[in-house]
Amino acid sequence: MEYLSRYWTFMAKYNVLNAFWVNVSLTLAAGALALILGTIAVTMRISPVSSLRLASTFYVNVFRDIPLTVVMVIMASVVWMQLNVSFSNDFHTDFYILAVIGLGIYHSSFIAEALRSGINTVPVGQAEAARGIGLTFLQSTRIVVLPQAFRGSIAPIGNTIIALIKNTTVASVTGVSTETSSTMQAAIEMGPQFIFLIFLTFALGYVIIVIPVGVLSTSLSRRLAVKR
Amino acid sequence: MSGREYGRLIMVDSVGTEPVAQMVNVQKHFGHLHVLKDINLTVHRGEVVVVIGPSGSGKSTLCRTINRLEPIDSGEIRIQGKLLPQEGRDLARLRADVGMVFQSFNLFAHMSILDNVTLGPRKARKVPKDKAEAEALALLDRVGIKDQAKKLPAQLSGGQQQRAAIARALAMHPVLMLFDEPTSALDPEMINEVLDVMVSLAKEGMTMIVVTHEMGFARRAADRVVFMSDGLILEEGSPEAFFTTPQTDRAKDFLAKILHH
Ligand SMILES: Nc1ncnc2c1ncn2[C@@H]1O[C@H](COP(=O)(O)OP(=O)(O)O)[C@@H](O)[C@H]1O
Ligand SMILES: [Mg+2]
Repeated sequence: MEYLSRYWTFMAKYNVLNAFWVNVSLTLAAGALALILGTIAVTMRISPVSSLRLASTFYVNVFRDIPLTVVMVIMASVVWMQLNVSFSNDFHTDFYILAVIGLGIYHSSFIAEALRSGINTVPVGQAEAARGIGLTFLQSTRIVVLPQAFRGSIAPIGNTIIALIKNTTVASVTGVSTETSSTMQAAIEMGPQFIFLIFLTFALGYVIIVIPVGVLSTSLSRRLAVKR
Repeated sequence: MSGREYGRLIMVDSVGTEPVAQMVNVQKHFGHLHVLKDINLTVHRGEVVVVIGPSGSGKSTLCRTINRLEPIDSGEIRIQGKLLPQEGRDLARLRADVGMVFQSFNLFAHMSILDNVTLGPRKARKVPKDKAEAEALALLDRVGIKDQAKKLPAQLSGGQQQRAAIARALAMHPVLMLFDEPTSALDPEMINEVLDVMVSLAKEGMTMIVVTHEMGFARRAADRVVFMSDGLILEEGSPEAFFTTPQTDRAKDFLAKILHH
Protein backbone atom coordinates (compact mmCIF):
# COMPACT_ATOMS: atom_id res chain seq x y z
CA MET A 1 0.00 0.00 0.00
CA GLU A 2 2.83 2.26 0.95
CA TYR A 3 4.42 1.58 -2.44
CA LEU A 4 1.17 2.33 -4.26
CA SER A 5 0.65 5.63 -2.53
CA ARG A 6 4.22 6.64 -3.28
CA TYR A 7 3.55 5.76 -6.91
CA TRP A 8 0.39 7.86 -6.82
CA THR A 9 2.27 10.88 -5.50
CA PHE A 10 4.96 10.36 -8.11
CA MET A 11 2.51 10.10 -11.02
CA ALA A 12 0.63 13.23 -9.90
CA LYS A 13 3.55 15.16 -11.46
CA TYR A 14 2.59 13.79 -14.84
CA ASN A 15 -0.60 14.75 -16.54
CA VAL A 16 -1.54 11.27 -17.68
CA LEU A 17 -5.15 12.09 -18.48
CA ASN A 18 -4.08 15.02 -20.58
CA ALA A 19 -1.51 12.82 -22.34
CA PHE A 20 -4.26 10.38 -23.30
CA TRP A 21 -6.44 13.26 -24.40
CA VAL A 22 -3.66 14.37 -26.76
CA ASN A 23 -3.63 10.91 -28.35
CA VAL A 24 -7.40 10.74 -28.52
CA SER A 25 -7.60 14.16 -30.16
CA LEU A 26 -4.85 13.15 -32.60
CA THR A 27 -6.94 10.06 -33.39
CA LEU A 28 -10.08 12.11 -33.99
CA ALA A 29 -8.38 14.68 -36.21
CA ALA A 30 -6.16 12.25 -38.12
CA GLY A 31 -9.03 9.75 -38.38
CA ALA A 32 -11.30 12.38 -39.94
CA LEU A 33 -8.54 13.35 -42.37
CA ALA A 34 -7.84 9.70 -43.19
CA LEU A 35 -11.53 9.05 -43.90
CA ILE A 36 -11.74 12.06 -46.20
CA LEU A 37 -8.51 11.28 -48.07
CA GLY A 38 -9.28 7.55 -48.18
CA THR A 39 -12.73 8.22 -49.64
CA ILE A 40 -11.26 10.53 -52.27
CA ALA A 41 -8.55 7.97 -53.09
CA VAL A 42 -11.00 5.10 -53.49
CA THR A 43 -13.35 7.24 -55.59
CA MET A 44 -10.44 8.03 -57.90
CA ARG A 45 -9.55 4.35 -57.92
CA ILE A 46 -12.94 3.36 -59.37
CA SER A 47 -13.37 6.42 -61.61
CA PRO A 48 -13.62 6.09 -65.38
CA VAL A 49 -10.56 8.34 -65.81
CA SER A 50 -7.46 6.16 -66.07
CA SER A 51 -4.99 8.84 -64.92
CA LEU A 52 -6.98 9.29 -61.71
CA ARG A 53 -7.00 5.53 -61.15
CA LEU A 54 -3.24 5.43 -61.64
CA ALA A 55 -2.66 8.36 -59.27
CA SER A 56 -4.78 6.71 -56.59
CA THR A 57 -3.04 3.34 -56.93
CA PHE A 58 0.30 5.09 -56.63
CA TYR A 59 -0.77 7.11 -53.57
CA VAL A 60 -2.24 4.13 -51.74
CA ASN A 61 0.72 1.87 -52.41
CA VAL A 62 3.31 4.45 -51.45
CA PHE A 63 1.74 5.32 -48.11
CA ARG A 64 0.83 1.77 -47.28
CA ASP A 65 4.37 0.59 -47.87
CA ILE A 66 6.39 3.33 -46.16
CA PRO A 67 6.82 2.82 -42.38
CA LEU A 68 4.82 5.36 -40.36
CA THR A 69 7.95 6.56 -38.57
CA VAL A 70 9.47 7.48 -41.92
CA VAL A 71 6.34 9.42 -42.91
CA MET A 72 6.49 11.30 -39.61
CA VAL A 73 10.22 12.04 -39.95
CA ILE A 74 9.50 13.41 -43.42
CA MET A 75 6.76 15.62 -41.97
CA ALA A 76 9.09 16.95 -39.28
CA SER A 77 12.41 17.25 -41.05
CA VAL A 78 11.46 17.81 -44.65
CA VAL A 79 8.11 19.56 -44.55
CA TRP A 80 8.71 21.65 -41.45
CA MET A 81 12.45 22.20 -41.29
CA GLN A 82 13.49 22.11 -44.96
CA LEU A 83 10.40 23.45 -46.68
CA ASN A 84 9.51 25.75 -43.80
CA VAL A 85 5.85 24.87 -44.04
CA SER A 86 4.32 26.50 -41.01
CA PHE A 87 0.71 26.73 -39.84
CA SER A 88 1.04 29.08 -36.88
CA ASN A 89 3.45 31.14 -34.80
CA ASP A 90 3.56 28.47 -32.15
CA PHE A 91 5.81 25.55 -33.00
CA HIS A 92 3.85 23.24 -30.66
CA THR A 93 0.78 23.84 -32.78
CA ASP A 94 2.85 23.23 -35.90
CA PHE A 95 4.12 19.91 -34.56
CA TYR A 96 0.60 18.86 -33.70
CA ILE A 97 -0.74 19.73 -37.15
CA LEU A 98 2.18 18.00 -38.86
CA ALA A 99 1.46 14.89 -36.79
CA VAL A 100 -2.22 15.00 -37.78
CA ILE A 101 -1.33 15.34 -41.46
CA GLY A 102 1.27 12.56 -41.34
CA LEU A 103 -1.02 10.19 -39.44
CA GLY A 104 -3.98 11.12 -41.65
CA ILE A 105 -2.16 10.53 -44.92
CA TYR A 106 -0.58 7.28 -43.74
CA HIS A 107 -3.86 5.80 -42.50
CA SER A 108 -5.86 7.06 -45.47
CA SER A 109 -4.15 4.40 -47.57
CA PHE A 110 -5.53 1.71 -45.26
CA ILE A 111 -8.97 3.33 -45.23
CA ALA A 112 -8.89 3.39 -49.04
CA GLU A 113 -8.06 -0.31 -49.12
CA ALA A 114 -10.78 -1.09 -46.56
CA LEU A 115 -13.30 0.85 -48.64
CA ARG A 116 -12.18 -0.90 -51.79
CA SER A 117 -12.92 -4.23 -50.16
CA GLY A 118 -16.31 -2.76 -49.20
CA ILE A 119 -16.93 -1.68 -52.78
CA ASN A 120 -16.24 -5.22 -53.91
CA THR A 121 -19.21 -6.33 -51.79
CA VAL A 122 -21.52 -3.99 -53.76
CA PRO A 123 -22.87 -5.77 -56.85
CA VAL A 124 -22.00 -4.01 -60.15
CA GLY A 125 -25.72 -3.88 -60.90
CA GLN A 126 -26.10 -1.21 -58.21
CA ALA A 127 -23.85 1.24 -60.04
CA GLU A 128 -25.34 0.25 -63.39
CA ALA A 129 -28.84 0.93 -62.14
CA ALA A 130 -27.67 4.28 -60.78
CA ARG A 131 -26.13 5.25 -64.09
CA GLY A 132 -29.22 3.86 -65.79
CA ILE A 133 -31.47 6.46 -64.15
CA GLY A 134 -29.15 9.24 -65.26
CA LEU A 135 -26.91 9.78 -62.25
CA THR A 136 -23.39 10.99 -63.01
CA PHE A 137 -20.39 8.96 -61.86
CA LEU A 138 -19.95 11.14 -58.78
CA GLN A 139 -23.64 11.02 -57.86
CA SER A 140 -23.79 7.28 -58.27
CA THR A 141 -20.61 6.82 -56.23
CA ARG A 142 -21.70 9.19 -53.46
CA ILE A 143 -25.33 8.16 -53.16
CA VAL A 144 -25.39 4.51 -54.16
CA VAL A 145 -21.97 2.85 -54.07
CA LEU A 146 -20.06 4.44 -51.18
CA PRO A 147 -22.84 4.27 -48.57
CA GLN A 148 -23.09 0.53 -49.19
CA ALA A 149 -19.31 0.17 -49.32
CA PHE A 150 -18.98 1.91 -45.94
CA ARG A 151 -21.48 -0.45 -44.41
CA GLY A 152 -19.59 -3.37 -45.90
CA SER A 153 -16.22 -2.24 -44.61
CA ILE A 154 -16.93 -1.09 -41.06
CA ALA A 155 -14.90 -3.95 -39.57
CA PRO A 156 -11.67 -3.22 -41.51
CA ILE A 157 -12.20 0.55 -41.00
CA GLY A 158 -12.55 -0.16 -37.26
CA ASN A 159 -9.27 -2.08 -37.34
CA THR A 160 -7.58 0.84 -39.08
CA ILE A 161 -8.90 3.24 -36.41
CA ILE A 162 -7.60 0.95 -33.66
CA ALA A 163 -4.20 0.86 -35.34
CA LEU A 164 -4.39 4.66 -35.62
CA ILE A 165 -5.12 5.05 -31.89
CA LYS A 166 -1.94 3.17 -31.06
CA ASN A 167 0.05 4.76 -33.87
CA THR A 168 -0.66 8.26 -32.54
CA THR A 169 2.25 7.64 -30.14
CA VAL A 170 4.53 8.08 -33.16
CA ALA A 171 3.52 11.77 -33.02
CA SER A 172 6.46 12.09 -30.64
CA VAL A 173 8.60 11.90 -33.77
CA THR A 174 7.21 15.21 -35.03
CA GLY A 175 7.77 16.72 -31.61
CA VAL A 176 4.38 16.33 -29.92
CA SER A 177 5.91 15.83 -26.48
CA THR A 178 2.72 15.86 -24.42
CA GLU A 179 1.38 12.58 -25.78
CA THR A 180 1.42 9.27 -23.90
CA SER A 181 4.60 7.58 -25.08
CA SER A 182 6.66 10.71 -24.40
CA THR A 183 5.01 11.11 -21.00
CA MET A 184 5.61 7.45 -20.18
CA GLN A 185 9.24 7.70 -21.17
CA ALA A 186 9.74 10.78 -19.02
CA ALA A 187 8.08 9.05 -16.07
CA ILE A 188 10.24 5.95 -16.42
CA GLU A 189 13.39 8.07 -16.51
CA MET A 190 12.43 9.91 -13.34
CA GLY A 191 11.05 6.92 -11.44
CA PRO A 192 12.71 3.72 -12.65
CA GLN A 193 11.60 1.98 -9.43
CA PHE A 194 8.01 2.28 -10.65
CA ILE A 195 8.69 1.03 -14.16
CA PHE A 196 6.25 -1.86 -13.95
CA LEU A 197 3.38 0.25 -12.61
CA ILE A 198 4.04 3.03 -15.10
CA PHE A 199 3.94 0.57 -17.90
CA LEU A 200 0.75 -1.00 -16.56
CA THR A 201 -0.94 2.41 -16.20
CA PHE A 202 -0.37 3.34 -19.83
CA ALA A 203 -1.16 -0.11 -21.16
CA LEU A 204 -4.43 -0.10 -19.24
CA GLY A 205 -5.28 3.34 -20.60
CA TYR A 206 -4.96 2.08 -24.15
CA VAL A 207 -7.00 -1.02 -23.45
CA ILE A 208 -9.77 1.17 -22.00
CA ILE A 209 -9.77 3.32 -25.15
CA VAL A 210 -9.46 0.53 -27.70
CA ILE A 211 -11.98 -1.97 -26.36
CA PRO A 212 -15.08 0.22 -26.91
CA VAL A 213 -13.93 1.01 -30.45
CA GLY A 214 -13.64 -2.70 -31.20
CA VAL A 215 -17.03 -3.47 -29.67
CA LEU A 216 -18.66 -0.58 -31.49
CA SER A 217 -17.21 -1.55 -34.85
CA THR A 218 -18.30 -5.16 -34.47
CA SER A 219 -21.84 -4.24 -33.50
CA LEU A 220 -22.14 -1.53 -36.18
CA SER A 221 -20.84 -3.82 -38.89
CA ARG A 222 -23.53 -6.30 -37.94
CA ARG A 223 -26.33 -3.77 -37.49
CA LEU A 224 -25.61 -1.75 -40.63
CA ALA A 225 -24.90 -4.68 -42.96
CA VAL A 226 -26.83 -4.18 -46.20
CA LYS A 227 -29.45 -6.88 -46.65
CA ARG A 228 -29.70 -8.16 -50.21
CA MET B 1 -46.72 18.79 -76.27
CA SER B 2 -43.53 17.01 -75.34
CA GLY B 3 -42.53 13.74 -76.93
CA ARG B 4 -42.78 11.99 -73.62
CA GLU B 5 -46.43 12.76 -73.09
CA TYR B 6 -47.16 12.13 -76.70
CA GLY B 7 -46.20 8.49 -76.26
CA ARG B 8 -48.95 7.92 -73.75
CA LEU B 9 -51.71 9.35 -75.87
CA ILE B 10 -51.18 7.09 -78.84
CA MET B 11 -54.03 4.70 -79.51
CA VAL B 12 -53.63 1.07 -78.59
CA ASP B 13 -51.31 -0.82 -80.93
CA SER B 14 -50.64 2.09 -83.19
CA VAL B 15 -47.01 2.54 -84.03
CA GLY B 16 -45.58 5.91 -84.97
CA THR B 17 -43.18 6.51 -87.82
CA GLU B 18 -40.75 8.50 -85.73
CA PRO B 19 -37.68 6.39 -84.80
CA VAL B 20 -36.94 6.40 -81.07
CA ALA B 21 -33.96 4.07 -81.19
CA GLN B 22 -31.80 3.32 -84.19
CA MET B 23 -28.87 0.97 -84.40
CA VAL B 24 -26.90 1.11 -87.64
CA ASN B 25 -24.13 -1.37 -88.47
CA VAL B 26 -23.31 -1.84 -84.82
CA GLN B 27 -20.32 -4.04 -84.04
CA LYS B 28 -19.18 -5.10 -80.59
CA HIS B 29 -16.43 -7.41 -79.38
CA PHE B 30 -15.51 -8.68 -75.94
CA GLY B 31 -11.85 -9.40 -76.56
CA HIS B 32 -11.86 -11.84 -79.47
CA LEU B 33 -15.52 -12.68 -79.02
CA HIS B 34 -17.68 -11.00 -81.66
CA VAL B 35 -20.89 -10.38 -79.70
CA LEU B 36 -22.82 -8.00 -81.94
CA LYS B 37 -22.36 -8.56 -85.66
CA ASP B 38 -23.49 -5.68 -87.81
CA ILE B 39 -26.72 -5.04 -85.95
CA ASN B 40 -29.34 -2.88 -87.65
CA LEU B 41 -32.49 -2.20 -85.71
CA THR B 42 -34.96 0.66 -85.67
CA VAL B 43 -37.66 0.99 -83.05
CA HIS B 44 -40.42 3.51 -83.69
CA ARG B 45 -42.42 5.48 -81.19
CA GLY B 46 -44.96 3.32 -79.45
CA GLU B 47 -43.47 0.13 -80.81
CA VAL B 48 -42.84 -2.92 -78.65
CA VAL B 49 -39.99 -5.11 -79.90
CA VAL B 50 -39.34 -8.46 -78.29
CA VAL B 51 -35.81 -9.81 -78.62
CA ILE B 52 -35.56 -13.54 -78.36
CA GLY B 53 -32.75 -16.03 -78.86
CA PRO B 54 -30.49 -18.59 -77.21
CA SER B 55 -28.41 -17.72 -74.19
CA GLY B 56 -25.14 -16.03 -75.13
CA SER B 57 -26.48 -14.71 -78.43
CA GLY B 58 -25.90 -11.08 -77.42
CA LYS B 59 -29.37 -9.96 -76.32
CA SER B 60 -28.25 -8.39 -73.06
CA THR B 61 -25.32 -6.74 -74.78
CA LEU B 62 -27.66 -5.28 -77.39
CA CYS B 63 -29.84 -3.79 -74.65
CA ARG B 64 -26.87 -2.46 -72.75
CA THR B 65 -25.33 -0.75 -75.77
CA ILE B 66 -28.50 1.28 -76.27
CA ASN B 67 -27.94 3.27 -73.08
CA ARG B 68 -24.21 2.82 -73.39
CA LEU B 69 -23.69 0.66 -70.35
CA GLU B 70 -21.51 -1.07 -72.95
CA PRO B 71 -19.65 1.03 -75.52
CA ILE B 72 -19.65 -0.21 -79.13
CA ASP B 73 -16.71 -0.76 -81.47
CA SER B 74 -18.25 0.78 -84.56
CA GLY B 75 -21.56 1.75 -86.08
CA GLU B 76 -24.11 4.24 -84.81
CA ILE B 77 -26.73 4.28 -82.11
CA ARG B 78 -29.23 7.14 -82.03
CA ILE B 79 -31.92 7.93 -79.51
CA GLN B 80 -34.61 10.21 -80.95
CA GLY B 81 -32.23 10.96 -83.79
CA LYS B 82 -29.35 12.04 -81.56
CA LEU B 83 -26.10 10.08 -81.51
CA LEU B 84 -25.22 8.56 -78.15
CA PRO B 85 -22.83 10.90 -76.32
CA GLN B 86 -19.45 9.48 -75.30
CA GLU B 87 -19.25 10.10 -71.56
CA GLY B 88 -20.03 12.64 -68.89
CA ARG B 89 -23.12 14.75 -68.34
CA ASP B 90 -24.57 14.38 -71.82
CA LEU B 91 -24.49 10.63 -71.45
CA ALA B 92 -26.10 10.84 -68.01
CA ARG B 93 -28.84 13.01 -69.51
CA LEU B 94 -29.45 10.47 -72.25
CA ARG B 95 -29.60 7.61 -69.78
CA ALA B 96 -32.20 9.53 -67.81
CA ASP B 97 -34.40 9.37 -70.92
CA VAL B 98 -33.97 5.62 -71.41
CA GLY B 99 -35.38 3.39 -68.69
CA MET B 100 -33.68 0.09 -67.98
CA VAL B 101 -35.07 -2.88 -66.10
CA PHE B 102 -32.61 -5.65 -65.21
CA GLN B 103 -33.04 -9.35 -64.69
CA SER B 104 -31.75 -9.01 -61.11
CA PHE B 105 -33.88 -5.90 -60.32
CA ASN B 106 -30.86 -3.96 -58.98
CA LEU B 107 -32.90 -1.86 -56.58
CA PHE B 108 -30.62 0.24 -54.37
CA ALA B 109 -30.31 -2.12 -51.44
CA HIS B 110 -29.75 0.50 -48.72
CA MET B 111 -32.72 2.71 -49.66
CA SER B 112 -36.46 2.42 -49.17
CA ILE B 113 -38.58 1.62 -52.21
CA LEU B 114 -39.84 5.20 -52.20
CA ASP B 115 -36.28 6.58 -52.17
CA ASN B 116 -35.36 4.21 -54.98
CA VAL B 117 -38.10 5.71 -57.12
CA THR B 118 -37.48 9.35 -56.22
CA LEU B 119 -33.68 9.29 -56.50
CA GLY B 120 -33.50 9.73 -60.28
CA PRO B 121 -36.06 12.54 -60.54
CA ARG B 122 -34.51 14.39 -57.59
CA LYS B 123 -30.86 14.08 -58.54
CA ALA B 124 -30.91 13.88 -62.32
CA ARG B 125 -33.90 16.14 -62.94
CA LYS B 126 -33.86 18.30 -59.80
CA VAL B 127 -37.54 17.66 -59.07
CA PRO B 128 -38.44 18.93 -55.56
CA LYS B 129 -38.75 16.20 -52.93
CA ASP B 130 -42.48 16.45 -52.23
CA LYS B 131 -43.37 16.50 -55.90
CA ALA B 132 -41.07 13.54 -56.61
CA GLU B 133 -42.59 11.59 -53.72
CA ALA B 134 -46.15 12.28 -54.76
CA GLU B 135 -45.41 11.05 -58.24
CA ALA B 136 -43.46 8.05 -56.95
CA LEU B 137 -46.39 7.00 -54.78
CA ALA B 138 -48.72 7.28 -57.76
CA LEU B 139 -46.37 5.07 -59.78
CA LEU B 140 -46.03 2.55 -56.96
CA ASP B 141 -49.81 2.51 -56.73
CA ARG B 142 -50.00 1.88 -60.40
CA VAL B 143 -47.72 -1.17 -60.20
CA GLY B 144 -49.63 -2.33 -57.13
CA ILE B 145 -47.09 -1.89 -54.34
CA LYS B 146 -47.91 1.48 -52.81
CA ASP B 147 -48.14 -0.09 -49.36
CA GLN B 148 -44.51 -1.29 -49.65
CA ALA B 149 -43.11 2.23 -50.18
CA LYS B 150 -41.36 2.50 -46.82
CA LYS B 151 -39.75 -0.95 -46.94
CA LEU B 152 -36.27 -1.92 -48.02
CA PRO B 153 -35.91 -3.93 -51.23
CA ALA B 154 -34.84 -7.11 -49.39
CA GLN B 155 -38.21 -7.10 -47.57
CA LEU B 156 -40.12 -7.46 -50.83
CA SER B 157 -40.78 -10.52 -52.96
CA GLY B 158 -39.02 -10.79 -56.31
CA GLY B 159 -42.14 -9.82 -58.21
CA GLN B 160 -42.66 -6.77 -56.01
CA GLN B 161 -39.02 -5.76 -56.40
CA GLN B 162 -39.23 -5.97 -60.16
CA ARG B 163 -42.41 -3.88 -60.17
CA ALA B 164 -40.61 -1.32 -57.98
CA ALA B 165 -37.74 -1.33 -60.48
CA ILE B 166 -40.22 -0.62 -63.28
CA ALA B 167 -41.69 2.25 -61.24
CA ARG B 168 -38.18 3.59 -60.69
CA ALA B 169 -37.55 3.61 -64.44
CA LEU B 170 -40.96 5.15 -65.21
CA ALA B 171 -40.35 7.97 -62.74
CA MET B 172 -37.87 9.41 -65.24
CA HIS B 173 -40.57 9.65 -67.95
CA PRO B 174 -38.43 7.64 -70.34
CA VAL B 175 -38.90 7.84 -74.10
CA LEU B 176 -37.83 4.21 -74.31
CA MET B 177 -37.84 1.31 -71.88
CA LEU B 178 -35.34 -1.54 -72.06
CA PHE B 179 -36.19 -4.79 -70.30
CA ASP B 180 -33.49 -7.45 -70.04
CA GLU B 181 -35.18 -10.74 -69.12
CA PRO B 182 -37.26 -9.03 -66.43
CA THR B 183 -38.98 -12.23 -65.33
CA SER B 184 -36.14 -14.76 -65.61
CA ALA B 185 -35.14 -14.47 -61.96
CA LEU B 186 -38.71 -14.77 -60.69
CA ASP B 187 -40.61 -17.68 -59.20
CA PRO B 188 -43.30 -18.81 -61.67
CA GLU B 189 -46.18 -17.47 -59.59
CA MET B 190 -44.72 -13.95 -59.73
CA ILE B 191 -44.06 -13.77 -63.44
CA ASN B 192 -47.55 -12.66 -64.40
CA GLU B 193 -47.76 -9.78 -61.95
CA VAL B 194 -44.71 -8.29 -63.71
CA LEU B 195 -45.84 -9.15 -67.23
CA ASP B 196 -49.24 -7.55 -66.55
CA VAL B 197 -47.55 -4.27 -65.70
CA MET B 198 -45.48 -4.51 -68.86
CA VAL B 199 -48.50 -5.29 -71.02
CA SER B 200 -50.36 -2.29 -69.65
CA LEU B 201 -47.36 -0.10 -70.40
CA ALA B 202 -47.27 -1.44 -73.92
CA LYS B 203 -50.98 -0.75 -74.37
CA GLU B 204 -50.48 2.81 -73.26
CA GLY B 205 -48.02 3.35 -76.04
CA MET B 206 -44.67 3.07 -74.29
CA THR B 207 -41.81 2.34 -76.66
CA MET B 208 -40.19 -0.85 -75.43
CA ILE B 209 -37.40 -3.27 -76.23
CA VAL B 210 -37.95 -6.44 -74.26
CA VAL B 211 -35.58 -9.38 -74.04
CA THR B 212 -37.76 -12.25 -72.92
CA HIS B 213 -38.66 -15.85 -73.62
CA GLU B 214 -42.22 -15.30 -72.48
CA MET B 215 -44.09 -16.04 -75.67
CA GLY B 216 -47.35 -15.13 -74.02
CA PHE B 217 -46.08 -11.61 -73.53
CA ALA B 218 -44.78 -11.46 -77.10
CA ARG B 219 -48.15 -12.51 -78.48
CA ARG B 220 -50.11 -10.13 -76.25
CA ALA B 221 -47.95 -7.05 -76.54
CA ALA B 222 -45.25 -7.21 -79.17
CA ASP B 223 -45.46 -5.47 -82.52
CA ARG B 224 -42.35 -7.23 -83.71
CA VAL B 225 -40.16 -10.13 -82.69
CA VAL B 226 -36.44 -10.06 -83.36
CA PHE B 227 -34.59 -13.36 -83.26
CA MET B 228 -30.88 -13.24 -82.38
CA SER B 229 -28.32 -15.97 -82.59
CA ASP B 230 -24.53 -15.72 -82.28
CA GLY B 231 -24.57 -11.94 -82.38
CA LEU B 232 -26.68 -11.75 -85.52
CA ILE B 233 -30.27 -10.70 -86.05
CA LEU B 234 -31.45 -13.72 -88.01
CA GLU B 235 -35.15 -12.99 -88.27
CA GLU B 236 -37.63 -10.20 -87.72
CA GLY B 237 -41.37 -10.34 -87.99
CA SER B 238 -44.74 -10.19 -86.32
CA PRO B 239 -45.07 -12.47 -83.29
CA GLU B 240 -47.66 -14.55 -85.09
CA ALA B 241 -45.48 -15.07 -88.18
CA PHE B 242 -42.34 -15.75 -86.17
CA PHE B 243 -43.86 -18.27 -83.79
CA THR B 244 -45.89 -20.14 -86.40
CA THR B 245 -43.60 -20.02 -89.42
CA PRO B 246 -40.01 -19.34 -88.43
CA GLN B 247 -37.75 -19.10 -91.47
CA THR B 248 -34.32 -20.21 -90.29
CA ASP B 249 -33.32 -23.59 -88.90
CA ARG B 250 -31.83 -21.98 -85.84
CA ALA B 251 -35.09 -20.23 -85.01
CA LYS B 252 -36.98 -23.49 -85.54
CA ASP B 253 -34.54 -25.33 -83.22
CA PHE B 254 -34.79 -22.64 -80.63
CA LEU B 255 -38.58 -22.51 -80.66
CA ALA B 256 -38.75 -26.29 -80.46
CA LYS B 257 -36.57 -26.15 -77.34
CA ILE B 258 -38.52 -23.48 -75.51
CA LEU B 259 -41.85 -25.06 -76.41
CA HIS B 260 -40.98 -28.55 -75.24
CA HIS B 261 -39.63 -27.99 -71.81
N1 LIG C 1 -18.58 -8.09 -69.80
C1 LIG C 1 -18.32 -9.15 -70.60
N2 LIG C 1 -17.04 -9.53 -70.83
C2 LIG C 1 -16.77 -10.57 -71.65
N3 LIG C 1 -17.69 -11.29 -72.28
C3 LIG C 1 -18.98 -10.97 -72.10
C4 LIG C 1 -19.35 -9.89 -71.25
N4 LIG C 1 -20.71 -9.80 -71.25
C5 LIG C 1 -21.14 -10.78 -72.06
N5 LIG C 1 -20.11 -11.48 -72.57
C6 LIG C 1 -20.21 -12.60 -73.53
O1 LIG C 1 -20.86 -12.09 -74.69
C7 LIG C 1 -21.76 -13.05 -75.21
C8 LIG C 1 -23.14 -12.45 -75.27
O2 LIG C 1 -23.60 -12.23 -73.97
P1 LIG C 1 -25.03 -11.65 -73.63
O3 LIG C 1 -25.21 -10.40 -74.38
O4 LIG C 1 -25.13 -11.59 -72.16
O5 LIG C 1 -25.98 -12.77 -74.22
P2 LIG C 1 -27.48 -13.09 -73.87
O6 LIG C 1 -28.05 -11.97 -73.09
O7 LIG C 1 -28.13 -13.28 -75.19
O8 LIG C 1 -27.46 -14.37 -73.09
C9 LIG C 1 -21.66 -14.26 -74.30
O9 LIG C 1 -20.78 -15.20 -74.89
C10 LIG C 1 -21.08 -13.72 -73.03
O10 LIG C 1 -20.33 -14.70 -72.37
MG1 LIG D 1 -28.85 -11.98 -71.15
